[in-house]
Amino acid sequence: MSGPVTPDAGPATTPGYRPEGLDDAFTDGGEQPTAPARADALPALGLRGWLRWAWRQLTSMRVALLLLVLLAVAAVPGTMFPQRPQDPGGVAAYLTDHPAAGPWLDRLGFFDVYASVWFSAIYLLLFVSLIGCILPRTRVHLTAVRGRPPRTPRRLGRFPAQGGGTSPDAPRDVVERAAAVLRRRRLGVPGFRVDVHDEGAGVWSASAERGYLRETGNLVFHLALVGLLIAIATGQMLHYRGQAIVVQGTGFANVQAAYDTFERGSAFDPADLVPFTMRLDDFEARFDPETLQSRDFTAHVTVTEPGGEPEDRTIKVNHPTVAGGAKVYLQGNGYAPAVTVHDAAGEVAFSGPVPFLPQDDVYTSRGVVKVPDVSGDQPQVGLVGFLLPTAQEPVPGLWRSVHPQPDDPLLVLSVWSGNLGLDTGVPQNVYRLDESRMEQAVDADGDVVTLYVRPGDTVELPDGLGTLTFDDLPRFVALDLRHDPSLTWVLTFSLLALAGLTASLFAPRRRIWVRAAPATATDEGPGSAATVVTAAGLARGDDVGLQPELDRVLADVLGAPRPSHTPTGPDVPQEDRS
Amino acid sequence: MTVAELSDLFVWSAATALTLALIAYSVDLTRLTEAARDVRVPALVGAGAPATPPAGTAVAGDGTAAGTAGGRAAGIARSTLTLGALLLLVAIVLRGVAAGRWPTANMYEFTIVGVFCALAALVVVQRRYPIAFVGVLVSGISVLALVLALNTLHVRADAVQPALQHYWLVLHVGVAILATGIFTVAFATTALQVLRDARATGRTRLERPWSRLDGVRRALHGARVTGPAFAWLEQVPDARRLEASSFRQHAVGFVLWTLTLIGGSIWAEEAWGRYWGWDPKEVGTFVAWVVYAAYLHARTTRGWSGRKAAYLVFVAYTVVLANFTVVNLFIDGKHSYSGL
Repeated sequence: MSGPVTPDAGPATTPGYRPEGLDDAFTDGGEQPTAPARADALPALGLRGWLRWAWRQLTSMRVALLLLVLLAVAAVPGTMFPQRPQDPGGVAAYLTDHPAAGPWLDRLGFFDVYASVWFSAIYLLLFVSLIGCILPRTRVHLTAVRGRPPRTPRRLGRFPAQGGGTSPDAPRDVVERAAAVLRRRRLGVPGFRVDVHDEGAGVWSASAERGYLRETGNLVFHLALVGLLIAIATGQMLHYRGQAIVVQGTGFANVQAAYDTFERGSAFDPADLVPFTMRLDDFEARFDPETLQSRDFTAHVTVTEPGGEPEDRTIKVNHPTVAGGAKVYLQGNGYAPAVTVHDAAGEVAFSGPVPFLPQDDVYTSRGVVKVPDVSGDQPQVGLVGFLLPTAQEPVPGLWRSVHPQPDDPLLVLSVWSGNLGLDTGVPQNVYRLDESRMEQAVDADGDVVTLYVRPGDTVELPDGLGTLTFDDLPRFVALDLRHDPSLTWVLTFSLLALAGLTASLFAPRRRIWVRAAPATATDEGPGSAATVVTAAGLARGDDVGLQPELDRVLADVLGAPRPSHTPTGPDVPQEDRS
Repeated sequence: MTVAELSDLFVWSAATALTLALIAYSVDLTRLTEAARDVRVPALVGAGAPATPPAGTAVAGDGTAAGTAGGRAAGIARSTLTLGALLLLVAIVLRGVAAGRWPTANMYEFTIVGVFCALAALVVVQRRYPIAFVGVLVSGISVLALVLALNTLHVRADAVQPALQHYWLVLHVGVAILATGIFTVAFATTALQVLRDARATGRTRLERPWSRLDGVRRALHGARVTGPAFAWLEQVPDARRLEASSFRQHAVGFVLWTLTLIGGSIWAEEAWGRYWGWDPKEVGTFVAWVVYAAYLHARTTRGWSGRKAAYLVFVAYTVVLANFTVVNLFIDGKHSYSGL
C-alpha cells in the first residue's frame, strides 16, 4: 500500500505509536460516534446527542477536507462571471446579454461570489471546524510539551530506525553519556528531552523525544489563519476608500464630498476623516519612444496636514504616500482640457478644466463638457468628443492620436443643445451626456457639425449658441485614498501562518531510545565488551533524517561509527509477516 | 546579433539539449522495461510451477537495481539534462541583460525561468532517486513549454511599465516560478506513485469487462498498467517511498506558494491599493493553495492517504497550470500586462 498508513492509535510506547497531533485529533473525533460499541445507545441519542454528533462530524478531518475542496470549487465562478465589486459594467452587460439566465445568476449571488451566502457559509463552517479541532489539540499539546518522553519499550527490534553496539563501559555510564549527547543543542535547534531509567538487573535505558515545534507550528499556523480572518473582518468594518480626480494646479481636501466615489466600513464615521489638503503641482509622464508603453508616472504634490506646514511629496505607481492616516495611490492620469464657453449673450457660461478619460495607449481621450448655466432662456449646451494629444490626419477628415505626449493637441467635438437633465435629481455620469432631451447640431446639408479646436483657438458654436475657447491643457491624476487600520495585523498573522506552516512541515518529531545491558555469555563479539547497547528511533511521518541521527548519536556514545541498519520503512514498524 | 537574440538562441539550444535528454530518458525507460522482463522470466522458469510469485517480488523495490545496471542512456540523460539547465540559465541571464531588469516580467520569461527551476529541482531529486519516468515527464513538459514559449509567448526584451517597477517583481514572481517548478517535479513523482501503486496492487480498469465499450478496452489492452509495457515500474522505488518523496517536494512547494500569496498581497497593497481584491489570478493562486492544503490534510486522513490524496495533487497541478495559461490569456484581470 502507498501512503503514510499508520496503525491505529495506541498507548504511546507501543510500536504503533502515533504522536498526538494532526491526524489523531481529527480522525478520532470523526470515528467515535460510529463505533459499534455505542450502537445500543443510538435510539436514545436525543437532541444533545445529535448536536454532539454534528459537532464531531464538523470537526472531523473528513468534513474539513470536504469543506476545503468545496471552498476551492466555490471560488471558481468568481473568475467566470463578471463581479460587481470589480466590474459593475461587465455585470450590467451580462444581464443585458442574458435576459433569461442573468437574473437567476444574480439572485444566486454569482455576480458577487465572494460575498455570497454560500461562499461565506463554506469558509465560516471551515473556520468553525478548524477552531473546534485546534482548541482541543492545543490543550493536548500544552500537556505534551510539559510531559516526559515515553518509557523505553521492552522490545526495540520493531522500530523503523535501528542501531546497536558494544562498549567496555558500565551500562549506567553508557546511558548517561547517551543522555548528554541527546540533550546537546545542534545548530541552534534544541536537543532532545531525555529521561534516564534504571530498569533493574543492571540494565539502564534513556528515552528521548524532540520536535515539539512541529505541533506548535501546526497550531500556530491554524490559529494565525483565524487571526487573519478576524483582522480582515475588522479592517472591512474600519476602512474607508475614496477616489478623487485632481487637476494640475488645483487642490483637494479630505472630506467625503470631495470624492467622486466613497465607500466605508460600517464602523467608520466620515466625521473622522483627517482634513488634510493636497495640491497637484506637476505631473510627469515618460513613455518608451518606440513602443509608446508607459515607463514612468510621477505626481508632485503639496500635502498640508491639519496644523502642519505644507510639504512637497511625490506619488508614483507602486509608491503611495501617506497623508492623514490614509495611503494615497496614483491610479490613473490623463488630460483635462481647460475650456471657456461664452453663451449667445456673450456671458461666460462655463470656464475650467474638464477631465477626459484616456481610452488607449496614445491617450485618445473621451469627455463631455456640460454647460448648464447659460443666461436667459437659451438652450443648455453639451459638447461631446475626443482629445487627441498628438493629432494627425492620415486620411482627410479622419483624425487620430499618434503619441501620448501633448505635442500637437486637438479637441474634436460635436455639439448638442437642449436640456442636459441635470435638474432631474437622478445622479448623472459626468463622462456621459444624457442625449434624451438634446439635439445634435447639424449644418445646412444635414451633416453633423464637428469642431476642431487647438489650444488658444476660439471657435463659433453652431446655431448661434456662442463660442468655445480652448485655453490650456493641464493633466489630471486619479487618486485612490485608503485607510485600513488592520493592515499591520493582517501582515502579522500572515507571517505567523507562514512561520507556523514551515515549522509544522519541516521540524522533525523524533523519539530515540538507547538501552545498555551487561553483556552475557551468549552475546557475540569480543569478550572484552562489558555492555551491549541497543537503540531504536521512531519519527512522526516520513523522516529520512531519523536513521542518520540515530547513527550519529550511537557514534558519539560508542566512540566509533557503526554501520547503519537499512531502514525497513519510513514510518511503519516492520510487521511480523509470519 | 543583439544580446536578446543571443538569449533566444540559447533557449533553442536548451530545448535541443532537453529533447536529447527526453530521448535518453525514454531509452533508459525502455531498457528498464526489458530488464524487468528479463528478471521476471527466469523467476517464472525457476518457480517451475503455475504458482508464480506475485509481480514485483522478484526485483528489489528500491531502485538500486536500476541504478547499478548502469546504461549509457542514463548517463547521457543526466549530462544533457544538466547541459540544458545550464544553457537555459545563460539564456535567462542574457535576457535580463538585454531588458535591463530582472527577467520575470511576462509569460515568456516566466516560462523559461519556470522550466529552469523545474530542471534544477529534477537534478536535485534525481541525485537521490534516479527515476527515468520522472525524467521523461519533466523533460517532456520542459521541451513543450520552451517551444511554446518561443513560438507563441515570445515578446521583445524591454523595460516594463510603472506598475511592474518594484523589487517585488523579483521576489513575488521569482518565488511563484520556483514553486511552479517544484510542483512540476512533485507532480511527476506523484504520477509515478499512482502508476506504481496500481501495478503493485494489480489495479487496472482495463482488466474488468466494460458493458458497452469492450472494443475500446481491447484496444487499450496493451496500455494497461499491469501489462508488460509497464514492467519497468517494478524497478522504481515502491509507492510508499515515492509518496514520501512527493510529500517532501510538495511541502517545499507549498511553503513557497504561501510565500507567493503573501508577497503578492504585500505588493498589491503597494501597487493597487488593496492587499486582496479577488483578481482572477489571485483567485487561481488561492484555489491552488486550497487544493494543495487539502492534499496535505488528505494524506494524514484515514481512507484518503495514498492514491486519493494523489488525485488531489493532479487537480492542484492542473489549477496551477490553468492559473498561468488560461487566466493570463483568456481572462481579463489586473495581472494582464501587455497581453502576455
